[in-house]
Amino acid sequence: MSQLDPLEKPVTAENTNGLPANFYDGVAEPSGTHIIEASANGQAAVNTPISAAGTSIAPVAVGGAPVTAMIAGSLSGFWRAITRNRKVVFGLSIILFFVLVAIFGPMFVHTDPNAFSENLLSPPSASNWLGTTQTGQDVFAQVIYGTRVSIFWGFLTGLLVTILSITIGLCAGYFGGVVDDVLSLLINVFLVLPALPLAIVLAAYFPFKGPLTVAIVITITSWAYGARVLRAQTMSMRRRDFVEAARASGERTLRIIFFEILPNEISVVAAGFVGTVLYVIIFEASLEFIGLGSPTVVSWGSMFYWAQNNDALLLGAWWWFVPPGLCIAVLGAALAFINFGIDEMANPRLRTERRPKVKALKTQKAVA
Amino acid sequence: MADILVNGDKASTGSKTLLEVKNLSVDYLASSGVVHAVTDVSFTLERGEILGLAGESGCGKSTLAYAIARLLRPPALITEGEVLYHPRVRTDETGAQRVSTVSMPRKGQSARPGETEEAVDIMTMGAGELRAFRWTELAIVFQSAMNALNPVMKIGTQIMDVLQAHRPEMGPDARKQRALELLKLVGIAPDRINSYPHELSGGMRQRAIIAIALALSPEIIIMDEPTTALDVVMQREILIEIMRLREEFGFSVIFITHDLSLLLELADKIAIMYAGRIVEQGTSFDLYEHPRHPYSYGLLHSFPTIRGPRRNVTGIPGSPPDLRAVPTGCAFHPRCPFAFAPCTSILPTLEPSNPETPEQLVACHLYNAKLHPAGPPVEEEFAARYASLAERSKGQ
Amino acid sequence: MNALDQLQTPSHARPETPIMEIEHLRKLFPLRQINLFGPQRAVHAVEDSSFALYPGRATALVGESGSGKTTIARMLARLYDPTSGTIMFQGKPVKLTHGSALRQYRRHVQLVFQDPFSSLNPVHSVEYHLSRPLRVYGHARTKREETEQILALLNRVSLTPAEQFIQKFPHQLSGGQRQRVAIARALAAQPEVLLADEPVSMLDVSIRLDILNLLLRLKQEEHLALLYITHDIASALYFAEETLVMYAGQMVEGGPSEEVIQRPKHPYTQLLLSAAPDPDRMDPNQKGLGTLPTRGEIPSLINPPTGCRFHPRCPYAMPVCKERFPRRTDVGNGHWTHCFYYGDGGSNTEQPPLLNLTVPPVSRRKTGRTQEQPGYPETKENA
Repeated sequence: MSQLDPLEKPVTAENTNGLPANFYDGVAEPSGTHIIEASANGQAAVNTPISAAGTSIAPVAVGGAPVTAMIAGSLSGFWRAITRNRKVVFGLSIILFFVLVAIFGPMFVHTDPNAFSENLLSPPSASNWLGTTQTGQDVFAQVIYGTRVSIFWGFLTGLLVTILSITIGLCAGYFGGVVDDVLSLLINVFLVLPALPLAIVLAAYFPFKGPLTVAIVITITSWAYGARVLRAQTMSMRRRDFVEAARASGERTLRIIFFEILPNEISVVAAGFVGTVLYVIIFEASLEFIGLGSPTVVSWGSMFYWAQNNDALLLGAWWWFVPPGLCIAVLGAALAFINFGIDEMANPRLRTERRPKVKALKTQKAVA
Repeated sequence: MADILVNGDKASTGSKTLLEVKNLSVDYLASSGVVHAVTDVSFTLERGEILGLAGESGCGKSTLAYAIARLLRPPALITEGEVLYHPRVRTDETGAQRVSTVSMPRKGQSARPGETEEAVDIMTMGAGELRAFRWTELAIVFQSAMNALNPVMKIGTQIMDVLQAHRPEMGPDARKQRALELLKLVGIAPDRINSYPHELSGGMRQRAIIAIALALSPEIIIMDEPTTALDVVMQREILIEIMRLREEFGFSVIFITHDLSLLLELADKIAIMYAGRIVEQGTSFDLYEHPRHPYSYGLLHSFPTIRGPRRNVTGIPGSPPDLRAVPTGCAFHPRCPFAFAPCTSILPTLEPSNPETPEQLVACHLYNAKLHPAGPPVEEEFAARYASLAERSKGQ
Repeated sequence: MNALDQLQTPSHARPETPIMEIEHLRKLFPLRQINLFGPQRAVHAVEDSSFALYPGRATALVGESGSGKTTIARMLARLYDPTSGTIMFQGKPVKLTHGSALRQYRRHVQLVFQDPFSSLNPVHSVEYHLSRPLRVYGHARTKREETEQILALLNRVSLTPAEQFIQKFPHQLSGGQRQRVAIARALAAQPEVLLADEPVSMLDVSIRLDILNLLLRLKQEEHLALLYITHDIASALYFAEETLVMYAGQMVEGGPSEEVIQRPKHPYTQLLLSAAPDPDRMDPNQKGLGTLPTRGEIPSLINPPTGCRFHPRCPYAMPVCKERFPRRTDVGNGHWTHCFYYGDGGSNTEQPPLLNLTVPPVSRRKTGRTQEQPGYPETKENA
């Protein structure tokens, strides 16, 4: 008889595109897990449903496939993860479009957005694709230049806010004790501050006006939300065995926080970043609309400001405010789609999948 | 007063068989394809019997149990098979003859005492029948059941909830009485009826769950790893309780666990599952003395024992297969020390290992006279093959 | 290799000096409540435990959950600081809290966790996991050295072909493979002491032995001192030369594994042994589950019973058991226990009547009535 080799064969990478987490949702057994004892002081580890393709560590959801692992895995894995989700693809393509316009747009627009002309308040025409303003400025040129301002400042502020919330949130969550108490106090205070009134006050009193002021004001008032979420995530991650293992391996604290814990929270951070950018773009437009921005900078928000000041709505000059409004709306929607997509990737239960058809027993009904 | 079931006396209650599972198959639908979680499983459960379903992770035993109770949700789908339940007439507390709720006599006939109704296929029950069936005839104790208690309700209320849902004719006093009785039955002090789950220890919560399962005196209780989250002493206590209750009430138990050593002590009959199929089935004593299937032998020798003869413990190299990539032929062949040519292509069927012992079934080509004319191996050969397998795998 | 072979050497013939000595270790976890009317409440997790670890020998620490065994392991790995007591490593007391001294200590004492699924970081590859200890402890300075050593480690834990495993992520590995990676990570530091906290209890039955045999082989080859923490007393007999039994934070018995498991002295050890599943005591005509000599559960550690914490459940409790915890009594052959029945300290090698707690099993026949158990003292139920 021929002996067949019974030795363990490693699981191949193809198996990672596998079943949704709810495949093993307490009904069948996942490979290799079993059961845990509950300790007398109540620290029971629960039998977490774990998919064969994934771990129980999904930052936002229970029992998800490891988005973070797929992302960290390899660039191609990341690409595959992204492109499989239609919402993310949709959102990203729109953003990409706007970014391209922001970078290259002004090179192709030859009209100076600030230049006055004789064509006052004229509707869209062949010479002015989106018409002109009260002072004869070309709306189309303004929209293109404004894209640059909004995108740049939006993403920059988003980045600042994210960095701030990561730093404070992670430290508060990891260290616990007095550090956590102090930082939590800080977070709570900033959380409670009313953003808009504070923004107005700060913007009014800052010596220099402009998008930078707006950026600073927004950063101050909106980092607390993300910090709070990350603090909670980190507190739960802190208890995990791999963090203890890293400590036992002699890793330094900072390295543990930023290289062990943070990568596991990437989807929360990414969602937070995208959400913040969305918020920033709209808030910035709002602040400029009330007049707290610099009047010399051309941006979508300042277009609203001027349009409002010059009664564009009353005069029926829709081409002045509709284009920037549309841009904000579309960009915002794209960011929101990316967020939904990230949510879906992190929480497989939200995924909609195409499933194969199998003939079932005729009279079988879904269970109550 | 407790439902007094006719005490295990087979003659007066009709057929011995309580549950017949025939060719049950369950598939999971995933985007990457269909996974066969359970394939072609058949067995019988007699009244008052404890059947143990043993196997490692991924073998499908939990799926099987949930399928029998029709608790599976899409993407899980039962693709074939039937589960025949044989209800019977019982005497209830008032002394009246109570017919099993699932099989109200049809066509206006009245049930006569001592008669069993026709078998009902659980898979084809309607929603109403299913609701009546569940908990009055079949109860389940889930895995990690102590976490299944509602944390904001007192345990007494939870028991009474069940009674209210299924026995609308019981008044609140009667319900409370019954709840107290049930708690006493499982060994929880009656003053705990007003405790919340977090005030009870793990063992007591598990016993509370068992009390809920027993509330309506079911005929079958399915227990899915009921004691694995408990300490070994608590586990032993609860199992002793279950045995005692089984003696008193005569219900049957399907006990699912990965701990074969426990099943050997507890169960009357054991079915060992691997990769969604039953590979061996027989009485626990037979299985212990003469394991037939190489996997059963391997499992029996993968845990060290405290007493008794010093056995050579080796374990089985390799790991249970991923159900998405089950090996062709016999699923165990990559790890089997006896694998030979037909094992890779021909699927073995579950049949008696030899004609004298029709009770002991095994799915292995070693017992197929046509494919393996040399006859089945003896005990020493099992030991020797596994030992050499262990040597080879250690060499790495 | 069968561990039974190593049980042939008499275990009280210990040739070497201990590499770690633990004396009177105690751990209290204060609760965060503010108690205005009394002393600060705390969880009394570990109470006065003493034992030693020897190179090339495995010691099993057996107990149920809540017995404090995991806390001891974490204290030895310095993940927690002991409330009192000393830990001596290579004869010198270990008393440090931070920084490079702690890192140096951790180089010598490594911990393998229970849950193979959460002890590896899901975002990092196997290579990263194994490279970190190599870098931190300076065993590898260049990338090439690192890769060489990682491949060597993977080979030592039988994860072959090693090149295939280097790039894998935890979710691509099975439970047994993950545990092997965790063991390799612990070995990467080149420790002298390996603490294994229930290393196989979350793995499938058929692969447990593989991992245990791997640990035994490593112990033999590297002359490691192993501390094996488990709740499964049968595997302690198989795996370790010495067994220690813990109950509710107190160490109640210890000694050579065969002695402790086959001639248990302390009532709790006997309870554990009679409760453990044991198919070898089956009898086809008289099948049954036996009975337990006592009921009850592990007490809460916030307000533990005074004296010997087992006294509320012990069928042989005496008034003195409530007052204080008995001193260590040597009962011969390197076997010791803490039980007033055998004395209070000192030595008691003549054989007092053994407490015999094994009883004939209950008949499985449906008689509707359980048999009376002969010769059994009335036990108090723990309400």
